[in-house]
Amino acid sequence: MTLAAFAYQRPRSLAEAVEAMAEAPDARWLSGGMSLLPMMKLELAAPPALLDLSGVEDLRGIRDEGDFLHIGAMTRHVELARDPAVRRDAHLASLAAERIGDPQVRNRGTVGGSLAHADPAADLPAALLALDAEVEAVSARGRRALSVQDLLLGPMMTALEPDELIVAIRIPKHTGHRQAYTKVPHPASGYAVVGVAVAIHEEGGRVRQAAIAVTGVALKAFRAARAEAVLAGQAVDQEVLAEAAGLVCDGQDVLGDVYASAAYRRQLAQVVTRRTLEGLR
Amino acid sequence: MALRGQSVPRLEDARLITGRGRYTADIQLAGQLTALMVRSPHAHARIRSVDGDRARALPGVHAVYTGQDTKGVLNPIPTAWLPPGSDLATTDHPALAWDVVRYVGDAVAMVVADSLAAARKARDLIEVDYEPLPAVTGVTEATAPGAPLVHEGVPGNRALFWHAGASTDEVEAALRQAEVRVRLPLVQQRLIPNPMEPRAAVAQYDPSTGKLTLWATSQNPHIHRLLVAGVLGLPEHRVRVIAGDVGGGFGSKIACYPDEVLVAHAARELRRPVRWVEERREHFVATTHGRDHVEEVELGGTRDGILTALKVRARANLGAYLSTAAPGVPTILFGLIVNGAYDIPHVAVDVEGVYTNTTPVDAYRGAGRPEATFLIERLVDRFAREVGMDPVEVRRRNLVAADRFPYTNALGITYDSGRYHAALDRALAMLDPGQVSRHREEARRQGRLLGVGVSTYVEMCGLGPSEVAGAVGFQGGLWEHALVRVLPTGKVMVMTGASPHGQGEETTFAQLVADRLGCSLDDVEVMHGDTDLVSMGWGTYGSRSTAVGGGALSVALDRVVDKARQVAAHTLEASVGDVVLEAGRFYVQGVQDRSVAFAEVALKAHLAWSLPAGVEPGLEAQASYNPTNFTYPYGTHVAVVEVDPETGDIHLRRYIAVDDCGPRINPMIVEGQVRGGVVQGIGQALWEGAAYDRQGQLVTGSLMDYALPKARFFPPIETDALETPAAHNPLGVKGVGETGTIAATPTIVNAVLDALAPLGIHNLDMPLTPERVWQAIEASGWKAAAGGQGGVQA
Amino acid sequence: MTEEATATQVRQEIPITVHINGAAQSTAIAPNVLLSEFLRDHLALTGTHVGCDTSQCGACTVLVDGRVVKSCTILAVQADGMSVTTVEGLRAGSVLHPVQEAFRAHHALQCGFCTPGALMLAAGLLMDNPHPTRSEIREGLDGIVCRCTGYENIVEAVADAAERLAEEVRPHGA
Repeated sequence: MTLAAFAYQRPRSLAEAVEAMAEAPDARWLSGGMSLLPMMKLELAAPPALLDLSGVEDLRGIRDEGDFLHIGAMTRHVELARDPAVRRDAHLASLAAERIGDPQVRNRGTVGGSLAHADPAADLPAALLALDAEVEAVSARGRRALSVQDLLLGPMMTALEPDELIVAIRIPKHTGHRQAYTKVPHPASGYAVVGVAVAIHEEGGRVRQAAIAVTGVALKAFRAARAEAVLAGQAVDQEVLAEAAGLVCDGQDVLGDVYASAAYRRQLAQVVTRRTLEGLR
Repeated sequence: MALRGQSVPRLEDARLITGRGRYTADIQLAGQLTALMVRSPHAHARIRSVDGDRARALPGVHAVYTGQDTKGVLNPIPTAWLPPGSDLATTDHPALAWDVVRYVGDAVAMVVADSLAAARKARDLIEVDYEPLPAVTGVTEATAPGAPLVHEGVPGNRALFWHAGASTDEVEAALRQAEVRVRLPLVQQRLIPNPMEPRAAVAQYDPSTGKLTLWATSQNPHIHRLLVAGVLGLPEHRVRVIAGDVGGGFGSKIACYPDEVLVAHAARELRRPVRWVEERREHFVATTHGRDHVEEVELGGTRDGILTALKVRARANLGAYLSTAAPGVPTILFGLIVNGAYDIPHVAVDVEGVYTNTTPVDAYRGAGRPEATFLIERLVDRFAREVGMDPVEVRRRNLVAADRFPYTNALGITYDSGRYHAALDRALAMLDPGQVSRHREEARRQGRLLGVGVSTYVEMCGLGPSEVAGAVGFQGGLWEHALVRVLPTGKVMVMTGASPHGQGEETTFAQLVADRLGCSLDDVEVMHGDTDLVSMGWGTYGSRSTAVGGGALSVALDRVVDKARQVAAHTLEASVGDVVLEAGRFYVQGVQDRSVAFAEVALKAHLAWSLPAGVEPGLEAQASYNPTNFTYPYGTHVAVVEVDPETGDIHLRRYIAVDDCGPRINPMIVEGQVRGGVVQGIGQALWEGAAYDRQGQLVTGSLMDYALPKARFFPPIETDALETPAAHNPLGVKGVGETGTIAATPTIVNAVLDALAPLGIHNLDMPLTPERVWQAIEASGWKAAAGGQGGVQA
Repeated sequence: MTEEATATQVRQEIPITVHINGAAQSTAIAPNVLLSEFLRDHLALTGTHVGCDTSQCGACTVLVDGRVVKSCTILAVQADGMSVTTVEGLRAGSVLHPVQEAFRAHHALQCGFCTPGALMLAAGLLMDNPHPTRSEIREGLDGIVCRCTGYENIVEAVADAAERLAEEVRPHGA
């Protein structure tokens, strides 16, 4: 299982990382390596150079920034799952992180790496979409922020430039919102056949804000806008939930594969959404 | 206290839990080279040319072999099972394809280089010019008129046709007379064995002795020796095959594969050790698959549930070439036991073996018997539904009664012993009807459908009498060999022809030795898997090693004790008839203070200072045990499942296994075999299945697509055992390696279909994926709100 | 990348120091060597097995700085400065680790191929969660594929190992 040869650098700072990328534009960032290294093993990727981000201190750590949580891009899934601040203020991110892959993957895989890889069946994108998170990206041209919504373009496609690097994820606090992530894993790959992330904020018995995001179903994770609209402002009962759930794939080109056809995935997404919403009541 | 019957922790674990196992891929020899295969990306293509010159020119590359290079140098790999009367159409199976590739994964070239990296580079430079040909992957299309031919000389792609039992006319007449007939189209999907250790081979040629040593992931090193010597044209005594620790096989390490003979060939040519280790993605295409039948089966009987006639027509996909045991699996190992544990007077079986452009199919855990058990257990349930009886009651009325053994079935096989009703009763008692009712109610409240499934299986294993092997065309014997060598200090070495690879015979055999000779387990070493060490052996498969290998050991132990007794009697100045061996000491019967330790006798036997007349020095004995019959483990398995009608998801609520494999030498190991087997059988029912697309590409070609069972899929497996001795072997044991896999698949499918019966769903193809179940529920017109409920009254 | 640059890369070797089973191993290594290859091919620690190529089977699991990691999905250079425990280093001298004891006692292995990974996964899980429920154990075992045992005996072994570990700790903790 030898990998093809590549050059390797382990920059010690963000500036050094950005500079190294500028000098080796064909290089790829190596964060957790949970997707990149398997692809290289199967000869599906053969980058000439890897820039290992594990030495960059600026990419680490979870910080409270008032209305936001700042999650360093190199935060491991296991850290996201267990961090007390995240569990309190952005619980959905923890819940999704707990369901990623297996224990070994959660120990190595990183938040930034998962988002940058943009697998259409990954768990974190759904949670971060539902939480209205944004990413902070850096390149030699400077720093910019973009929403996860804008980041995700399609399967393994993001709005990042090849030399651009996610340095952090900023999640608006959802303290007190009721949140849940339900995943139906593929029995072989462990990826989501359907994953539904929900965050509901109620006041006075009515939904003030509803966020529903779905992964595994379309070419990228998406927000179920029509389903959310059905819930907004409502005093939620069984009927409303069912109506919202029925619209969860509205407007989406639902994927089908050998394991689950489009028709079945749509059904599964609707049932999972309804049950997830019911579970939050 | 006797060790037999005790759950002694395994001796082999000492090395395996500390990382000191020695698997084939762990071997590193000085100067070792690495081999890689170039495999066909096409299911069927003519090879216009293979150009290895650029690869050969790379630094670090020692050789590139092609089909044309090796044609005439390596003999084709033969199949080892030629069922008589089957019109078997054998074809040449070259290690490297000569002119035509016949499946995706068919090897066309091998590169040998200093390192894996160099070999990979070289592999990328080997240019193969293919002319794609039309391919066939399923038996239905392969047998359709005008179908492309996998082998030019085999019309209709028919590899074999085999019939067993009564004439088709007789059975059709019996079916016509039957008050009730049920018919099922069944598909036994193709499975991919996936032992966790990929296959591997390391070969070393010693020019000074002319001897070739091949370390291989083999379930049967002596069979490998025979075949490898034949393919390489080497005399058998110049080939040594060693199977060290082998990481599971499940049938997939029986066959002699191209990779193994090619590595051996390269080592001989290059005078350097050569290693090849299979990648998992290679395993999916290049290691034999299992099952893959399309069947039409029909069962007839009376309105009060008595079964009278069974007709089976099966088409078995054998893949592109006949693998080592392949022709015997869907014929002998399947057709002779299709009636299962039931007394059915009129049975006819027709099997057509079909060539297709797919990976060759061979034995996979159970090999033929799971297919047989599945069809009869499914039919019995379907029949019960038709006559409006509880499937358990139909079983009860047709199971062979305990007083009818030995029982000869309509296919001529004689089951030696069994208490089928007792196993059924035991399992139902564990099921606890009260609890089932509570679970049923609970499920109903939560909108789920509960189902109970039963399978009262019997299988035929402990392969087997060598005369029968000959009669059914197996090109080998099925006896087993054991040698017991007592050293001067009383320590014992056992060499067995069994070749365990997870089954624990290093422990169970040591238990037998320790009991018989009165030594401790630590005094015994059980050795296996080396053809230079072990006189002869036919290997581990067909749940045969304890029944047959243990039988040989038992006879050899008797011989050792007989000789030791003579020496002891001489020492004790008593007559041989008066000397008994108890707990490691020989006593003169009735005289407790006249005794001598077994170890001391061993020493005296080796010193030979004073031996009785006619007794040779030393203390060892060997035995070859040839069984007189197969063994027939049986039992009842019960599953309770819940189906989520909105998603088609199946939740396993309970699984009960009551098995009778005869007296258990080590109950913990037996339970381990049962549990592992059950999980593998459930794997077929619910998740596993190979799928080819129309071009012959395997679309389930990795662990990302092909689902192996995971821990979280299962509840605890509840086990219990009956212990009815096999009537004809020294230990009375029957074998337990395959029972779980044989029983579990129909048990689960019956349970799911029981849950779905109220919806009018009576048959579903495996694996029962959530989508497949949901589609059936949708098609039934049933809606969750209607709240239908099903289930047998078990 | 020019041909020349590629040639340079192939020769790149990076000095690393990895503490493996308590002993520092300092060497220079090519960046494309996986930790599993480093262990097996360079250090002859063949107890760590490789069972697949899609990073799924978990047979190669080791502890890296006390956390379970698939050694086939981390570069050896990434382990620079870290401590790695393989199955060979699980026991302390001749004393088996409680998970090893429990695996043997419960017949939690058959062919033994996935076992090194299963043992390391179990050891890591119990460090994380010393008192897991049966269902937490089954979830945690998602990191391993075993084709022989049906998992149940592994589940029982892990539960038993938890108790053995708790008893080991108690006398000293008191």
